[in-house]
Amino acid sequence: MLLSHSDIMQTIDMIAQQHLDIRTITMGITLLDCADPNPRDCANKIYDKICRCAQNLVPTGRRIEKELGIPIVNKRISVTPMALVAGACQTEDFAPFAVAMDRAGKECGVDFIGGFSALVQKGMTSGDRRLIASIPEALATTDIVCSSVNVGSTKAGINMDAVKRMGEVIKQTAALTADRGGMGCAKLVVFCNAVEDNPFMAGAFHGVGEPETVINVGVSGPGVVYHALQACKGQPLDVVAETIKKTAFHITRMGQLVAQEASKRLNVPFGVVDLSLAPTPAVGDSVARILEAMGLETCGGHGTTAALALLNDAVKKGGVMASSSVGGLSGAFIPVSEDEGMIAAASSGVLTLDKLEAMTCVCSVGLDMIAVPGDTPAATLSAIIADEAAIGMVNSKTTAVRLIPAVGKQVGDMVEFGGLLGEAPVMPVHPQSAEAFVARGGRIPAPMQSLKN
Amino acid sequence: MKAIVTVVGMDRVGIIGEICTTLAALQINIVDISQTVMRDFFTMIMLVDTGYANKTLDEIAEALHQKELEMGLSIRIQREDIFQAMHRI
Repeated sequence: MLLSHSDIMQTIDMIAQQHLDIRTITMGITLLDCADPNPRDCANKIYDKICRCAQNLVPTGRRIEKELGIPIVNKRISVTPMALVAGACQTEDFAPFAVAMDRAGKECGVDFIGGFSALVQKGMTSGDRRLIASIPEALATTDIVCSSVNVGSTKAGINMDAVKRMGEVIKQTAALTADRGGMGCAKLVVFCNAVEDNPFMAGAFHGVGEPETVINVGVSGPGVVYHALQACKGQPLDVVAETIKKTAFHITRMGQLVAQEASKRLNVPFGVVDLSLAPTPAVGDSVARILEAMGLETCGGHGTTAALALLNDAVKKGGVMASSSVGGLSGAFIPVSEDEGMIAAASSGVLTLDKLEAMTCVCSVGLDMIAVPGDTPAATLSAIIADEAAIGMVNSKTTAVRLIPAVGKQVGDMVEFGGLLGEAPVMPVHPQSAEAFVARGGRIPAPMQSLKN
Repeated sequence: MKAIVTVVGMDRVGIIGEICTTLAALQINIVDISQTVMRDFFTMIMLVDTGYANKTLDEIAEALHQKELEMGLSIRIQREDIFQAMHRI
């Protein structure tokens, strides 16, 4: 046997004890050829094309899962930003296109379908405007559709009119889905520097620079990293970094294998492996607990940003060599509701919105899955988005905001989403108003790329 | 197809015999076996060839799952590629 007993048992332990899984196989599908002036024809074309391209995705994923013995938690679809596809339609209401996506996704058996999206970093087209106006209804009337809006980029600056609008859209979405804990907002993300090949939800869409169809894979594995760190207690941080790097290599090799298998069997080109370390609400699968394993009493205390920077960088360094093509968001995720350690840290009051914002400077992706009081003004939500977009814009990285105003709830209450989305404690926001700042609108110009300080 | 069968559980008489009989009934050829017992814990790794198997992989996995329940052990069958990918460059 070429493989050693311990190598084999290490793999088995990672899967059986340490929650190693492939988080998602995401098939990107272009819908540009579905454009049609007649809204009904356009929706039909969208439905038909998604079903045609992705009909084998779920059965193929299940087969690979069985043969390799590694769980593939989600199978997903991402499509061309819907504002581009439906822009030609003579209708104000874009929600029916989300319904078409929802129906097609369910027909294919996928867990989520992303791409009810618009890219408005520099300005809004008529299609973008109509799509954004339709987001609350689209998310309230569908189950698995995810929506994203890119409001800024390092090259274009920040579109503050769009930022203002998105604060309102998030409020409306929360109100329309209040009976489900504001679930609509868990499927809506506002980006700066959005990437075109991201396999993770809610922000996945199939960029216009992508091929007809593509397979992107997102890995997971915080539990494996956490376990590996137990073996280097008290050792210097360069040993910690090396350990994480090696572990990330192992994890990413799984992703690469699964991506290649899926690509070959579906006859769809392989796009990227996304190296993001994606947590789940399960005990033992938390990014926050990794930071604590490095020696922090609680995630969110002083030292957290430094520990996260080390983790994020080491994951990338280990992952890059393990895959032939790396892309997407590729970094450690810090969603509050989806991470058992983050939930605990936020509930205890140690982890605050301000600290999370600082953490997003050194990791992927941003203020993610954070519940805020339901009476938070739209302008405050917009200001939070603007802050986060500014971090992304200046640092040439992707940042995102996924906030859930919990209607009727106050600080300390819990909001439950279930499944991978977990549960979130309602966190306090600063009460001071940003109304006048947000009301100005206009654009924050693109930043200097030299004289970096 | 080359696959790895792993069997883990409390040691007792006849584990190897029973597993081998099950695999033989499925026409699965055993290429290599490595086995240890640590603190009463039995661990066996088998490299097998399913090329001549009389059942599909789904059915093989199901048969092994039945055996797993019957014997109170953990039995897995996985394609060898996953281990190669993770541990060999």
